[in-house]
Amino acid sequence: MKFLGVIIVCLTGGLLLYGTTDFPDWGDPSSPASTHLSDYYIEKTIEDTKVPNIVTSVLADYRGFDTMFETAVIFTAGLACFILLRDFRGKKERFYRHKPTGVVLHVKDGKKTLTVGKEFEHMDKDWVPSDLIIKTVCRILIPFIQIYAMYVVAHGDFSPGGGFQGGVIFGSSLILLAISYDLKTLVNRIKEKVLGIFAALGVLIFVGIAAICMPMGGNFLDYTALAPLVWDPHHVRALGMLGVEIGVGFAVMAVMAIIYINIVSEGRHDEGL
Amino acid sequence: MHWPIDLIVLTFVIFCAIAAISVKDLLGTAILFGAYSFMMCLLWAVMGAVDVAFTEASVGAGVSTVFFVAAVFRTSRRTKD
Repeated sequence: MKFLGVIIVCLTGGLLLYGTTDFPDWGDPSSPASTHLSDYYIEKTIEDTKVPNIVTSVLADYRGFDTMFETAVIFTAGLACFILLRDFRGKKERFYRHKPTGVVLHVKDGKKTLTVGKEFEHMDKDWVPSDLIIKTVCRILIPFIQIYAMYVVAHGDFSPGGGFQGGVIFGSSLILLAISYDLKTLVNRIKEKVLGIFAALGVLIFVGIAAICMPMGGNFLDYTALAPLVWDPHHVRALGMLGVEIGVGFAVMAVMAIIYINIVSEGRHDEGL
Repeated sequence: MHWPIDLIVLTFVIFCAIAAISVKDLLGTAILFGAYSFMMCLLWAVMGAVDVAFTEASVGAGVSTVFFVAAVFRTSRRTKD
């Protein structure tokens, strides 16, 4: 069986390598993409959109339709994770720790709960005492990571970055909070409902900006039609891209957190890494 | 020219890929996969595709490694086969 697997892998790999021989060379000026499309983008991007980063202008403006459905795919991924993994049955047994003494209470009856506050705190089954150094360092670090994420989204027009990267960085700052404290801290800070709303809101912002262009007299995703709405009609396409990127950032941020919470807690949202 | 960097990074990519499928420890595999993604990110950066490198660094080396570790946390740590 293993031998057969090796043969299949080698055959598929060989076929793929054989297929790459037909590709144009890296940076080949006579390849079809370079002869028709790239010239136009490189020459006209600044003139058309006033955005120095050509990659962003191609992603969010020239091929905005593509990015819109990419965002929809990310939203669907989060939705699929939620539908497959989310488990609304409560946990059967709970653990509480008495804070002043450190005594651990094991409540086997699922219906009985203790009020969590000054006296008791929630505890995971395989509980490790949270480390003060890790907690403190992460608490200092998280706001800076989030500001950096917002910078990546806002500065996507001028430098590498954009909605996807910024959203992922923001989402990973939330995940860092869950890892350094515990999952309950994150779930209590940002409710599941809020994350779901953010994921849908991101896609809606993108589609909304694209759709508003139509009653304003343009085509779908034609940001130039929005000129009467913005304060700086000269840069209308750059501003349209910024709005769209913010939408992508919202959606990606929420979906990353949804996927992480559902995977790590087996959909129960109570305990995890 | 920077072809030696290219070759060194490419060697590391292949090394990480082979190590990731041959190691029995799933947590180790997750970390090796993160290292693989980071090497790919360096490769994109050498090619001048900075946007793709940025995405690879944040998605591939960052979040997907965490997802794998989270999934390993909910399964047995060592592979059965």
